[in-house]
Amino acid sequence: MAYFKTPEELLEAIPRVRAAGYRYLEAYTPFPVEGLADALGRRDERIPWIAFSLGVVGALVGFGMQAWTQVVGYPLNIGGKPLLAWPAYVPITFELTILTITLGLFVSLLALNNLPLAYHPVTQAPGYRQALTDHFALYLEARDPRFDLEATRAFLQTLGAEVEEVSR
Amino acid sequence: MQAKPTGDTTLIQGEHTYQSLADKLVGVVEKPPPRIWWPLVLLGGLGTAFLLYAILVTFLQGLGTWGINIPVAWGFDIVHFVWWIGIGHAGTLISAILVLMRQDWRDSLNRLTEVMTLFAVLCAAIFPLIHMGRPQYFYWLLPYPNSLAMWPQFKSPLAWDVLAIMTYLTISTLFLYLGLIPDLALLRERAKSRLARAFYGALSLGWTGSATHWHRYRAAYVLLAGLATPVVISVHSVVSLDFAYGLVPGWHITVFPPFFAAGAIYSGFAMALTLIIPLRKWYRLEEVITLRHLDWMAKVMLASGLGVAYIYLLELFVAWYSAEPYELRQQAWRFNGPYAPYFWAMMLINVGILQLLWFPRFRHSLPWLFLISVLANVGMWLERYVIVIISLSRDFLPSSAKLFHPTWVDWGLFIGTFGFFVLGIALFIRIFPPIAVAEMLHLLHKLRFHKEESHAARSDGLLQNPRGASGGDSSG
Repeated sequence: MAYFKTPEELLEAIPRVRAAGYRYLEAYTPFPVEGLADALGRRDERIPWIAFSLGVVGALVGFGMQAWTQVVGYPLNIGGKPLLAWPAYVPITFELTILTITLGLFVSLLALNNLPLAYHPVTQAPGYRQALTDHFALYLEARDPRFDLEATRAFLQTLGAEVEEVSR
Repeated sequence: MQAKPTGDTTLIQGEHTYQSLADKLVGVVEKPPPRIWWPLVLLGGLGTAFLLYAILVTFLQGLGTWGINIPVAWGFDIVHFVWWIGIGHAGTLISAILVLMRQDWRDSLNRLTEVMTLFAVLCAAIFPLIHMGRPQYFYWLLPYPNSLAMWPQFKSPLAWDVLAIMTYLTISTLFLYLGLIPDLALLRERAKSRLARAFYGALSLGWTGSATHWHRYRAAYVLLAGLATPVVISVHSVVSLDFAYGLVPGWHITVFPPFFAAGAIYSGFAMALTLIIPLRKWYRLEEVITLRHLDWMAKVMLASGLGVAYIYLLELFVAWYSAEPYELRQQAWRFNGPYAPYFWAMMLINVGILQLLWFPRFRHSLPWLFLISVLANVGMWLERYVIVIISLSRDFLPSSAKLFHPTWVDWGLFIGTFGFFVLGIALFIRIFPPIAVAEMLHLLHKLRFHKEESHAARSDGLLQNPRGASGGDSSG
């Protein structure tokens, strides 16, 4: 675990760490840092697509439910107006679309992030608390083939970071 | 977006590092509450008890305990339903629309206003439930296969209303919770007792602040903000259709959806100011909720209030232009009927006093701003009174005209929801930080450090350009 004082230092360090051959990296920051996921090579474009698919499902189910109940399930003739009065179905279709996306996206977000998580070794690092306030941490996993306790520590220190080890 | 000309000192005042800012914001929860907190909780608790008692009386003795009659079948219940829902709008507006517009000043306001939204919508949701007369059958509103083989009538705005309110409640709660997650993780790590650590830890869902998580989180957050935006507008528009679909003179007008939406934003910002002005003083948050924030909120209030005022005049014009005798009679009934004081008070506040906000002198004076925001809440209450009760009290047949006289149960429900509102907010900010810490740290970074870094960047060209850096709050 290497701590940097500013997000910029962290952003500069990551390409060098990757160039040195380390692959199992993760960064921990108190707030979203632009370009960090790119630097780590972890860009994830799935969220918008998930949202779109959920929206399509929500819209179809919402409209379908109304159309079926009003035309087939329980047709009510009110003043001779058409049963399939689609403009009147727009508000509920819209609300259900958004509701489906919101609920679905929330669940997908947690699932993609492997949350809820009861325990993560990173949180045991003494300095981790600061990574939620004013430190920007880079985390190298020991399973990395390039990992060597002393060499890795020395390497990270040359990048200007405070380093500490985390046990599982 | 370029940083505001004086952006680095106006949105967060004082010399702050990340650590001191976080300490200050989390301190609201970690330190003992200001002395005023206890009386507020007591008052809120008493109000909530009163609310429960009034609901109990309603359930045991029926709607006869209310002042409603025929033709005024929608009385205080609907007035307060619409009033509370309107107040709820500022929260989502600030948190969602302003995210999309990348307005940095929202960062210190969004949590508080989202909490306000949550409790205002809960207060609002009480009224339609209890005014059904047989509230135990409320689930008949939902589509589910039942032994009667009946389905809801989806062509009715009342059925839309149910879904719109429930969607809104769900979305605003989830949005609030999503924003809370990083702060809960911070509280978890700072917790001194095992119990607090377990509590915040469970609620934080094990958030670690990993870059990959942040990346997805920002993508989802911005998307949800984009989706919540039309919902804000749709909710009060749907509520307005409950009225506009009816033939009652004074209701049957197509301009109702934007009218209600503008009124909701106006009253929402008014209530937000009413809450924030004392809160920032009690919790010493002047450094993060600056006069500049209040000034901008007052401007939003002015803009939406002007929309409302315009539609008041438009309503009169439409009544005249339609040459519909019942519409004309309804307007005359408002002007000089028994309810005329309500109508003129509404006009005075929402058209007259509103204009004070044009002047910086009033926008920058806390007592004035507080007074105007309270009056705006009163004005919007009067507006709903005018729309719901005055319109209903005289429709088509002179023989069916009847006035509405609220009973103590009506007032009890109203005062009680106030108690619940205050109690809810007081407890919430005791347990959860009322200002989004992670977002404020991010803002501090954008305001202070990017400014310094951007000078350095120009020389060595390592960093992103300052424009992208200062405005890019979507995930990178």
